[in-house]
Amino acid sequence: MGAAPASRDVTSYGMGLAVPLALFFLVFFVAPLLQLLWLSLHNDTAGLHWGLGQYLHFLTDPFSLSVLGSTLLLGAEVTAVCLVLGFPIAWLYQRVGPKLQTVIILIVLLPLLTSVVVRTFAWIVILGRQGIINATLQSLGMIDTPLKLLYTQFGVVIALAQVQMPLMTLPLITALGRIDPNLDDASCSLGAGSWRTFFRVVLPLSLPGIIAGCTLTYAAAITAFITQSLIGGGQMLFMPMYLYQQASTLQNWPFASAISIIFLLAVLAVVSVFTTLGRLSRGYGGA
Amino acid sequence: MAEAQGGRSLVVDAVTHRYPSGALAVENINLDIKGGEIIALLGPSGCGKTTLLRIIAGFIAQSQGRIIIGDDIVDALPPNKRAVGIVFQNYALFPHLSISENVGYGLAARGVDKATRQREAQRLLELVQLPTMSERLPRQLSGGQQQRVALARALAIKPSILLLDEPFAALDKNLRLDMQIEIKRLQRVSGITTLIVTHDQEEALSMADRVAVLSHGKLEQFGTPSDIYDRPQTLFVNTFVGSSNRMPGVVISADRSAAKVRLDAGAEIIARPAAGTLTEGGRVTVCIRPEHLQFVGDESGFAGVVGMSLPLGATVVHEVTTADGFGVKVSQARIGETRALESGAAVRLAPLAPALANAFPATL
Repeated sequence: MGAAPASRDVTSYGMGLAVPLALFFLVFFVAPLLQLLWLSLHNDTAGLHWGLGQYLHFLTDPFSLSVLGSTLLLGAEVTAVCLVLGFPIAWLYQRVGPKLQTVIILIVLLPLLTSVVVRTFAWIVILGRQGIINATLQSLGMIDTPLKLLYTQFGVVIALAQVQMPLMTLPLITALGRIDPNLDDASCSLGAGSWRTFFRVVLPLSLPGIIAGCTLTYAAAITAFITQSLIGGGQMLFMPMYLYQQASTLQNWPFASAISIIFLLAVLAVVSVFTTLGRLSRGYGGA
Repeated sequence: MAEAQGGRSLVVDAVTHRYPSGALAVENINLDIKGGEIIALLGPSGCGKTTLLRIIAGFIAQSQGRIIIGDDIVDALPPNKRAVGIVFQNYALFPHLSISENVGYGLAARGVDKATRQREAQRLLELVQLPTMSERLPRQLSGGQQQRVALARALAIKPSILLLDEPFAALDKNLRLDMQIEIKRLQRVSGITTLIVTHDQEEALSMADRVAVLSHGKLEQFGTPSDIYDRPQTLFVNTFVGSSNRMPGVVISADRSAAKVRLDAGAEIIARPAAGTLTEGGRVTVCIRPEHLQFVGDESGFAGVVGMSLPLGATVVHEVTTADGFGVKVSQARIGETRALESGAAVRLAPLAPALANAFPATL
């Protein structure tokens, strides 16, 4: 026994183990980000003159602003579709037997196991002029000319919603699973119908999951380069593609950098709104 | 303060429930409960008591039989239309609602306006002696306080029947006694017919007017606590409620009220035939409670060897091995200076009085 040094905490580990990852992040994340910021603060493509010209250009250009606006709107639409379709799946998952649970979780996870490119091409097959939907509707005689589904906002939202669905469903399943099933019974025995139970008990208690799911889905939907470009086609321009054009095609690196920074800030703003809501709702979930 | 709902009667009429797998959860249960009674459903875990509670509440639709509350057959009513108040084992308070909102929840579901709800919640919180807690959240309350809130919430809907599911299991021992007294007091004040599901025999015997003992989905006995303890009808009831020594023997002679049994351990005793008449010459199992055995100085009774003595405060329990190798427990009240018996001492044991042992036909 004897007097051991009192301040030595035996459960703490040295920070040394984190050094490799920290270095990795420093070199491949922090440094490029700083380079991006540095680039964006130049008024000319050669990078000789400092200034805020690129930002001024973006913020005063109606076209650029409309691309930003439609991208943020797209994220909101995809998130809403995922929430409305994902919640019942998560709710169902908590109310079926273990066998069906396995089936549901497989269906939810399956999209993650296939490449985004493959899934997006599948949507092209489904939504195209001679695609599955149009062919079916035409053979049933419900429409004469094919509906325009591909290269529309509607098509992009539906395809993105399917691609990002697991990001919504998984947090919801977790959140709903944390709710004590007795609360349902308690609410019911006190005379509440199932809708009252849903809105007064289940929904408020699943808020942490809703917010986590929305944050993930939103962030993923607005940055989904492949699906946006392939389903949206040439007519629909969203921020990732806009960025790509400026950087790769037009070689306007400072402007592309400024777009990146603005896009990053816009996403951070939305995410921090979600996070704040999450913090406010934390009073619910715990217990 | 007094709530004059007047308890309604509850009849469980030949209720049988099968799981989807076909296994029986409860089988042909009949209970006739008078308005205002406290009834305990007592049994080991898996005996079907919780299933029966959920059938009465309406969460499970029984395969056969009827549930009658007052004059109404309620089988077709969903739980939210039955006006059955439930206190759950884990209380199941809504964690995101204040105590006042929790208590007023059932009233809100009935469309009662907010001011009335708050007044009523406050009145009930005073009834359960938590008048200052209305704005807190459930997790800020102790276990005992949460249980009082759960009780107030169940009482707020003026239920015709109050169901308590293992209400004291999560409380520590001292608090448990306080809450038992509290619930009994509130039940007397409100006069609500109350059903307590428990696996704790002391709880059942101390709280209930009548106790229904269940085992493997079947009703073993339904009677007053003293019926259950002193006049058990089945071997299961005798051994599950209180502790009992089981000793094999043979019936020498028997009539309706008494049987002379020769124990294999080597003594003839008079036992009460627990269920009907016993056949002469038949094998029986005799149950004698440890407190009904005594050491005797003469040659009556049967011989044994002391194994171990445990002083348990008010009583001393001796473990004695009989001549035929059975272990028997003897409980002695500690009067004056009770001598601790040495291990290995030869003793003789006999029942305190003739009718205290119960004889059951031996099952093979």
